[in-house]
Amino acid sequence: MSNEWPLYEVFIRGQHGLSHRHVGSLHASDAEHAIQNARDVYTRRKEGVSIWVVPAAQITASSPEDKGALFDPADDKVYRHPTFFDIPDDVGAM
Amino acid sequence: MYAQMIKSEATQDDPVKLAVFQKRIDAGDKIEPKDWMPEGYRKTLIRQIGQHAHSEIVGQLPEGNWITRAPSLERKAILLAKVQDEAGHGLYLYCAAETLGVSRDELTEMLLDGRMKYSSIFAYPTLTWADMGAVGWLVDGAAILNQVPLQRTSFGPYARAMVRICKEESFHQRQGFDIMMKMVNGTAAQKRMAQDALDRLWYPSLMMFGPSDAESVHSEQSMAWKIKINGNDELRQKFVDQTVPQAEYLGLTIPDEHLKWNEDKGGYDFSQPDWSEFFDVLKGNGPCSTERIEARQKAWDNGAWVREARMAHAAKKRAAKLAAE
Repeated sequence: MSNEWPLYEVFIRGQHGLSHRHVGSLHASDAEHAIQNARDVYTRRKEGVSIWVVPAAQITASSPEDKGALFDPADDKVYRHPTFFDIPDDVGAM
Repeated sequence: MYAQMIKSEATQDDPVKLAVFQKRIDAGDKIEPKDWMPEGYRKTLIRQIGQHAHSEIVGQLPEGNWITRAPSLERKAILLAKVQDEAGHGLYLYCAAETLGVSRDELTEMLLDGRMKYSSIFAYPTLTWADMGAVGWLVDGAAILNQVPLQRTSFGPYARAMVRICKEESFHQRQGFDIMMKMVNGTAAQKRMAQDALDRLWYPSLMMFGPSDAESVHSEQSMAWKIKINGNDELRQKFVDQTVPQAEYLGLTIPDEHLKWNEDKGGYDFSQPDWSEFFDVLKGNGPCSTERIEARQKAWDNGAWVREARMAHAAKKRAAKLAAE
C-alpha cells in the first residue's frame, strides 16, 4: 500500500496555442512514466500537442478558508474593468 | 446505473455547518476536495464514484472477450479503442474518488473482497458478436442518460470526470448501433443473432437504472446533495422512449408483450425487469459474477511484480542521477 505509484497532475496544451491546462491526474512510478501514461489517458483523441506532469505532492494550493482574505479585496476595485468607464459613443471604438 | 443502490450515509455533523453546506449546494456551488463537507457526503461519494469506476473497469471484460474474434480488422481496431476508453473512464473516476481521501489500492481491494460493487449489467455474458452491438447501443445508451446530468453534480472532480466521459461516450453508442445495423441487414442468421442479443440484454439494461424510486430509500439525501440528479424511473422511461423507435428502425422486436405507447403520459408503458434477479446479481450471483472478480483478481496479482518493479526502477534511476550530479 505504501508502495503505491505516486500521483501526478497532468497539464495539456491544446492545438491552438493556449496555455497548458489542468486535465486531471494519474499514478506513475516516475515523471517519464507519467508522460507515457498521460499520453494514453488524456490524449487519445489528439487533445494536445504538449504534456506537463507535476508530482501532486509538489503543488502548494491556497486553502479554502483563505478564500475571503485572498480574493475579496478585488470586490471593491471594479474600476479595474474597462466597463467601469463611460466613454461617449462619439469617441468611437476604444 | 453504473452506480446502483448507493446507500447514503447518515451524517452527524454540526447542524450549522450542514446548513451552510446545503446552501452552497442549493446555490449551485461546486464542492472541491479541500472544502468542508459532511462525512456522509464524503462516504456516499466514495461509494458512488468507486462503484462507477469499478463498473468502467469490469465493463472492459465482456467486450474484451470479443477483441480477438472481431469479424474484421477495422471492427477489431474500433472495439479495442472503445475498450481502451473504458479503461480511461475508470482512471478518471478513480482519481476523482481519491480526492476524497481513499487510495487507489484500497478501492481495488474493496472491489476484490466484495465490499464495493460494480454495475449489475457486467455480470451478464457476451455470447455472440451481436452482443458487442447491443452492449454499445443499449448499455452505453443507458449510461449516457445517467451520465449527462451527472456533469452537473455538486462535487467538482466528479463533474469534471463526467464531462470528459460524456465527450467519449457517444462514439461508444454509435459504434454499437452501427454493428446492429450491419447485423440486421446481413443474413437471416445474422439478423437472428441481433434479435437474440436484444432479447437477452433488454431487461438487464432496464435494471441498470436501479429499482423504482418508491423503493430507493437513499435517493432523497443524494438528490438533496446533487450527487444524484434524476430519479431511476424517470431515466428508465426516457431510455425506453428513445430506444423503441431505434429498435423499430432496426426491424427488431423489444421482448416485451406489454410494451405499448401511452398517449396520456406521452411515453411507452413497459414491463419491469425481474427485480429479484437484480438483487441476486448485486449480491454477486450473476451468471458471470465469479468470473469477473476472478479476472480482476488475476490481473491484480499478476500485475503486482510490475507495480513493484516500476518503483524499484524509478528509485534506481533517481540514485544514478544523484550520483552523476
